[in-house]
Amino acid sequence: MRDCVRFLLGDELKEIRNVDPTMTVLDWLRLSERKTGTKEGCAEGDCGACTVVVGRLDGDAIRYEAVNACIRFVATLDGCQVLTVEHLKTADGELHPVQQAMVDCHGSQCGFCTPGFVMSMFALYHNDPSPTPAGIDDALAGNLCRCTGYTPIAAASQRMYELADPASDRFAHARTAIAEGLKALRDDETLRVGEGNRVFYAPATLEAFATLLVENPEARIVSGATDVGLWVTKFQRVLDTVIYTGRVQGYRDITDTGDTLEIGAGATYTDIQAPISALYPDFGELIRRIGGLQVRNVGTIGGNIANGSPIGDSPPALIAIGATLVLRSASGRRSMPIEEFFIDYGKQDRRPDEFVEKVILPKPAPDARFRAYKITKRFDQDISAVCAAFSIRLDNGTVTEARIAFGGMAATPKRAPLAEQALTGRPWTEATVRDAMAALRSDFTPLTDWRASSGYRMTVAANLLMKMYVETTDPDADTRLVGDRRLVHA
Amino acid sequence: MPDSTPIATAERITGGVHVDRRHDSAHKHVTGEAVYIDDIREPAGLLHVYLGLSDRPHAKLLSLDLSKVKSAPGVVRVLTSADIPGTNDVSCMGRHDEPLFADDLIEYAGQPLFAVAAETREQARRAARLAVAEYEDLDPVLTTAKARETGTVVFPPMTLKRGDAAEAIASAPRRLEGRIAIGGQDHFYLEGQIAMAVPGEDDEVLVHSSTQHPSEVQHIVAHVLSIPANAVSIEVRRMGGAFGGKETQANLFAATAALVAKKTGRAAKLRPDRDDDMVITGKRHDFEVDYSVGFDDEGRIKGVDFLFAARCGFAADLSGPVTDRALFHCDNTYFYEAVHAQSLPLKTNTVSNTAFRGFGGPQGMVAAERIIEEIAYAVGKDPLEIRKLNFYGEAGRDVTPYHQTVEDNIAPELVADLEARSDYQARRAAIREHNAKGGYLRKGIALTPVKFGISFTATQYNQAGALVHVYTDGSVHLNHGGTEMGQGLYVKVAQVVAEEFQIDIDKVRITATTTGKVPNTSATAASSGADLNGKAAQVAAHTIKERLIGFAVENWGVPREQVVFLPNRVRIGNQEIPFADLVRTAYMARIQLSSTGFYKTPEIHWDRTAGSGKPFYYFSYGAAAAEVTVDTLTGEYRVDRVDILHDVGKSLNPALDRGQVEGGFVQGMGWLTMEELWWDQRGHLRTHAPSTYKIPACSDRPKIFNVHLLENSPNRKDTIYRSKAVGEPPLMLGMSVLHAISDAVASVAGYQRCPRIDPPATPEKVLAAIEAMLEQVSPP
Repeated sequence: MRDCVRFLLGDELKEIRNVDPTMTVLDWLRLSERKTGTKEGCAEGDCGACTVVVGRLDGDAIRYEAVNACIRFVATLDGCQVLTVEHLKTADGELHPVQQAMVDCHGSQCGFCTPGFVMSMFALYHNDPSPTPAGIDDALAGNLCRCTGYTPIAAASQRMYELADPASDRFAHARTAIAEGLKALRDDETLRVGEGNRVFYAPATLEAFATLLVENPEARIVSGATDVGLWVTKFQRVLDTVIYTGRVQGYRDITDTGDTLEIGAGATYTDIQAPISALYPDFGELIRRIGGLQVRNVGTIGGNIANGSPIGDSPPALIAIGATLVLRSASGRRSMPIEEFFIDYGKQDRRPDEFVEKVILPKPAPDARFRAYKITKRFDQDISAVCAAFSIRLDNGTVTEARIAFGGMAATPKRAPLAEQALTGRPWTEATVRDAMAALRSDFTPLTDWRASSGYRMTVAANLLMKMYVETTDPDADTRLVGDRRLVHA
Repeated sequence: MPDSTPIATAERITGGVHVDRRHDSAHKHVTGEAVYIDDIREPAGLLHVYLGLSDRPHAKLLSLDLSKVKSAPGVVRVLTSADIPGTNDVSCMGRHDEPLFADDLIEYAGQPLFAVAAETREQARRAARLAVAEYEDLDPVLTTAKARETGTVVFPPMTLKRGDAAEAIASAPRRLEGRIAIGGQDHFYLEGQIAMAVPGEDDEVLVHSSTQHPSEVQHIVAHVLSIPANAVSIEVRRMGGAFGGKETQANLFAATAALVAKKTGRAAKLRPDRDDDMVITGKRHDFEVDYSVGFDDEGRIKGVDFLFAARCGFAADLSGPVTDRALFHCDNTYFYEAVHAQSLPLKTNTVSNTAFRGFGGPQGMVAAERIIEEIAYAVGKDPLEIRKLNFYGEAGRDVTPYHQTVEDNIAPELVADLEARSDYQARRAAIREHNAKGGYLRKGIALTPVKFGISFTATQYNQAGALVHVYTDGSVHLNHGGTEMGQGLYVKVAQVVAEEFQIDIDKVRITATTTGKVPNTSATAASSGADLNGKAAQVAAHTIKERLIGFAVENWGVPREQVVFLPNRVRIGNQEIPFADLVRTAYMARIQLSSTGFYKTPEIHWDRTAGSGKPFYYFSYGAAAAEVTVDTLTGEYRVDRVDILHDVGKSLNPALDRGQVEGGFVQGMGWLTMEELWWDQRGHLRTHAPSTYKIPACSDRPKIFNVHLLENSPNRKDTIYRSKAVGEPPLMLGMSVLHAISDAVASVAGYQRCPRIDPPATPEKVLAAIEAMLEQVSPP
């Protein structure tokens, strides 16, 4: 066991003992380090004012990711580098190209969101040498600005490349040295910090993870903390033992087995977006619309499942696809169709000593059609009012299998058995679809809340089935407002 | 005569008026060095303060057990209304209807009951949750509908009338009536409310407050502490956004921090989290507007009657002037031959609503545009045709409902210009063709105008002061009563001073707004910041300049006209000397190099009781054309293109003005589309954070966004360098999006009926409108 969190703040090594297990990066920066450039706007990972860039080892190279400092626990930085807005300017006062572009384009008004934007843009600058306009929107979706209307910020996100080539950036030059520095911090020890019953564990291996769970069955498993972080910052819940998964080797691996894609539960949304898009474009688009990039860089598919939220976006798609969930404990593994994991609101089929190890996606059958839709008030970085995923297999125009799953329609992510029944064995026609739309009304009794009324949820859920029908039968139909429309008729 | 400094001979100073100039804090914004109140290094021993809130919307507070709060770790002091030495009131209008801490009567869910001060913010925050309150629930009035039954108002209603509207409507060839519900809006400034108070000697206290209105905070703190105003200093260097949300709402936080500071003798800081901020602070008023209109077969309005019922919340706050301004803008750019408009500022058991960019004006204009749309569908024309038909015009068609003559109407030309620039007609035809093909994605287009009255309608607020010092090295210290919330006021006023002295702007030091330097200031609001403070600073600089000229005349024995301020130098007779040299020489001759400046807007007056006067010095104009695509299966939509032409007179700083136009548009679009406030049946706001309250994100801005400032259009009034106010008017350009969505929705029923979408036009509202249209065409 190691009892000291080690990470780089800029290029300065920090070694911290006895840190509070749920001290956030933001509070640590502002209160302990007096680095006040990073701002608190919402303390829930939705506004991006607290964005910092975390460099972590991906293999032997360093990868820069924008993350929300407000809901990330400082102990999770172990083995990483953190860059804040204070690091960008050179010692002699010269602005970084990202900063200069913001100044040139009048990208700040009140300036409070600006450090967060600068850091998101800095990550973009180093991750994508020539982003498309949509790519810029995506990189900035997790940063809210109330003053500018974003136009000058988006312009600055192009201008920064004109000012200097990212490859010539001093941070690019430093990457190798920083990577070496981080490699020196890498070990197989379990990290253990905290005192008394408030302990933060970060195991380095699956075996250690399983053992820790046996020893601490009450422990809270934390990955991206994109939900758990809010329990702390918003609800002031005191978490006792925390087991952080981010250091577990192999836990975020994605393996193509030929027939399936096996995704380690620790894989982030960012990790899975490309491989899943290649198989199920609509699922990929759904993942693109989970949170902002800062959330997708840390939130994991395992967390999204294990959390059991009725409005998590990956479960409906995984259910429709027919994914298998693998749970692991010190005493072995067990598997189940993923929909069986969700028992009731807040109740999942996981024993205290188990953790979600991986999820196995079958590759699409040639006769299958898959669609996923997310209904929100705002396209980017919003939580679903309704999330729908449909998988239909057709044989000569007849539906041989229908898997329909929704989020936001019940206490758990849930299939629609009556609607599925209305489709199965029948011709894939508008009449059949209308019958299924009617049946859907008996499958669900959705709630009314601030995201949508019960009536809207019901109507739009049914209409989405019609949308899928149109998309799979009329190749010329224009049906999408966002996302890559070329993929729709794949 | 000193000769040390080489004479600069530039043709033009840097940073004068009418040039693009970056925000004065731009470098500090992008490096994180700009200091907001929470970034100020805390004085030793600072206490952190948190508020304890009520759980009920309307109740008698039977008892409040604070023992657990007091004994919680780190807690130093707990304060309730009983601890207030002065008046338990933070109301801005002096109506004594807004207690700092509720004592026996709870009037909204989330109302502050007490404050707890602790060694750390975390401790204070935890302790605040430990209070045990006993309530006797009273019947809450949560909705406008219920408030209308009750009929209690927070402020006397106002009526505007000209002609006999009832008779004009009755005798008009066509008539219709309806109701539009218009949602509220949270400011969502990125920096939340915050105050840090530092106790001084005797009864003195310094408060760093994130406020648009330092003078009001000063007076509130003085009243709460029962000390004279001269003991209270309020300072604000910058706010992280405000939008009206810090015009009065800072009072409570500043007063609480000051109270703790004086009670404990320790500095005290109060920063609520985002959720508490959104629960405790007022929002844009939601309205229900009843309208009836009479018009002819062409669509010309003969008479109109409005009732503007606003959900004001539990106290008056600024609801009187806000609802007044709704009435002042119920005409938008249109002439009503006869008009009757009345406000109804209703009391409800919800948070007290407040100022928000546009200040009721936008709601008035949205109602006006609904009428235009109704008429258009009734007579079967493009709404744009109806707009043009009803524009203010020549004598006889140029008097507003408040009897002010519109003397500067440029709406017809501006709209014609935008119509051409945006290729509106051709695109509209193409959209009709696209929609005629059917399909689930429908397009819509709309071009909507804006006319916005500039001046505080409370005439006394139209005054401003400034303080300018010139130091002997030629550098200038500038201070004025305006506050910086991101709009670029500081740099604009600095540009004015630089221009007046003809010195480069980097010679002008911009300093924090503080009540000790410039007293009795107005809120930086009503778009008036640059108009008022620019003029006041110009006066101050001009006074010093006049003294320098007088000195030069005397000292060098030249006629007055031979003293000319050139860029960074002064020509005196046949010689040119650096500005700094003149200053230093003048100092040696004991010339006063410091001056205050004062300005009051001329011409304006307003008689609220009579509903008549000249409340506005001038009007700002603009127009926007929006094109959208609507998904008729889901109600979702996308803004494909927006063209804007906006009038800022002769711009002081075109780059910043463009920023105001773009940002205002997106904020207005957000208000009318995705931003939805949602209260549950217990009167609790459930959309109190960005996870639940959705303001536009980067990808929501128009895919194509062409923004132009109207050229060659100096203000006809003698404003500061003939510029026009720009803070609020662009917000209402967002109406174009609402109407474009409406246009797309109308296509599903062949444009036969007015869709009547009540904003915010969330996807849910849009789908409901589509379903309603389809039911009308083919009843089930």
